[in-house]
Amino acid sequence: MPRRSVIEVRDLWYKYPEAKEWVLKGINLTIKEGDLIAIMGENGAGKTTLVKHFNGILKPDKGYVKVCGLDTREHTVAELAKYVGLVFQNPDHQIFASTVLEETMFALRNFGWDPERAKRRAKEILKKMGLLDYMNTSPFSLSGGEKKRLTIASVLVYDPEILILDEPTVGQDYGQKRRLAEIIERINSLGKTVIVVTHDVEFVAEYIEHVIVMSRGTIIAEGETTKVLRDDNIMKKARLLPPQLGVVVKNLEDYIGFKGNFLRLPVFVENLRGWLENDEDVKGI
Amino acid sequence: MKAIKIKGLSFKYVTSSRWALKNINLEVDEGEFVLITGPSGCGKTTLCRCINGLIPHFYEGEYKGEVVLFEEIKVHEHEPYELADKVGMVFQDPESQLFMTTVEREIAFGLENLGLDREEMRRRVEWVLELLGIEHLRDKAPYELSGGEQQKVAIAAVIAMRPRILVLDEPTANLDPMSALDVINTLCKLRKEMRITVVIVEHRLDMLAPLVDRIIVMDRGAIIVSGNPREVFSKEILRLEEIGVEVPKVCLAYKELINATKSEVPLTPDEFVKVILHAKKECNRSKGSLV
Repeated sequence: MPRRSVIEVRDLWYKYPEAKEWVLKGINLTIKEGDLIAIMGENGAGKTTLVKHFNGILKPDKGYVKVCGLDTREHTVAELAKYVGLVFQNPDHQIFASTVLEETMFALRNFGWDPERAKRRAKEILKKMGLLDYMNTSPFSLSGGEKKRLTIASVLVYDPEILILDEPTVGQDYGQKRRLAEIIERINSLGKTVIVVTHDVEFVAEYIEHVIVMSRGTIIAEGETTKVLRDDNIMKKARLLPPQLGVVVKNLEDYIGFKGNFLRLPVFVENLRGWLENDEDVKGI
Repeated sequence: MKAIKIKGLSFKYVTSSRWALKNINLEVDEGEFVLITGPSGCGKTTLCRCINGLIPHFYEGEYKGEVVLFEEIKVHEHEPYELADKVGMVFQDPESQLFMTTVEREIAFGLENLGLDREEMRRRVEWVLELLGIEHLRDKAPYELSGGEQQKVAIAAVIAMRPRILVLDEPTANLDPMSALDVINTLCKLRKEMRITVVIVEHRLDMLAPLVDRIIVMDRGAIIVSGNPREVFSKEILRLEEIGVEVPKVCLAYKELINATKSEVPLTPDEFVKVILHAKKECNRSKGSLV
């Protein structure tokens, strides 16, 4: 059965009030239910402006955005928030409650949940995110990585169909990034749509198989990570650098027919091992 | 000459119950390019603050041991303003550092505080604008600039004071990859032209490992690994992964494929390709399995 589209963007144009230049220039995009997709591009490419249209914080100047069939021009952020959870880049822009538990319960209260049920649900999510021990402490006393997990928890708690993470890896060390990837994979495996806005090329190469690249308000590429991240023209235009393994593949693909998601380390290693161990002589080396 | 000598340094913030730094001993040669890395909360930023005097003069807490610059200046005995022409500091978020109306004034601000005369100030501003390749930005307001440009202005403003040590705390964390590379290339240029000692805290090991003289890895307030990049990635790779340091992908792939004792661990994709082709040649010759 074909999957339904959860986000439909048609000829979207947007500029900030009083600004001269268009930030988004005729974006067309369809995202399907259950997709896991990265939106990449340089600082100022329009990535964040685009995803702010997905929960209705920004409304198109021209064109339209439909989220789960709802035209964002005709619905409030509160209505759309039930379908779309947006986690901002800077946790301090999102956190405000006096305890971690209150922060996590905020959306549920707004949706009119019974307080006891809301509390149970919030605690369940905090446990999953490894934050239950901090339940009664102030969110502002948490470390950067913990704050980030809290903002994700306070969105996941109401189980939106679409989860958007804006630059989730900024300021995170490698261990935290790995845990973040696990969380993303788990949510996606439950059939949720996950959109990750990022310029962390190595993170995308390792964990996300489908990518959209933006530059100066337009989409300049869309497709499999293994193809897009190895296209020098696209990468240059978007001010991104190719992932390390992508550079290696480019230099060796005359000798080796790489298969699978070879920008992922284990797959890459398997490809190379097979080649090193086979008996064929390779000419030209 | 040692630019920095840290002896038995421990520090605990007044707001915290645990030691942020535990018995740090570290020597940095004049002109050395040192990368400090480690997981969040390992004490990297605290260590930077101890080098430029923000600790113990601005951040209060319990302080043991000492930090000595150029064999004679004890940091805890001098206020940060007295150290301004010795140690320059660049932070993660340039916006927290830039506040004047134009780039030129921004750079001149620190010089005024050093009490330089106008002629000397003008000379230094011109010199640093050219050195960093940002002459075209001189009349712009810092907030109009991209993140990468802002970070270069922040570096320029610090370099204009001619510090002998430059400390940078995650200067590229908020930048896209090309802008990050641009800032890092700028640092390399500075080192060539000024023989300045550079201490940089970063997570981007893939960009910096081929450039720095030494990598220092911290975990839970202590230095756990220190050595040149090749040494560190051949001997300590498992430990680094375990504590959450982002080891360059080519080093990880190399470790998986090739016995680490056979050849030098590659630091860049190009080096990796050479090592692999060499390995295949060996295989062809012996017609046997190498791995």
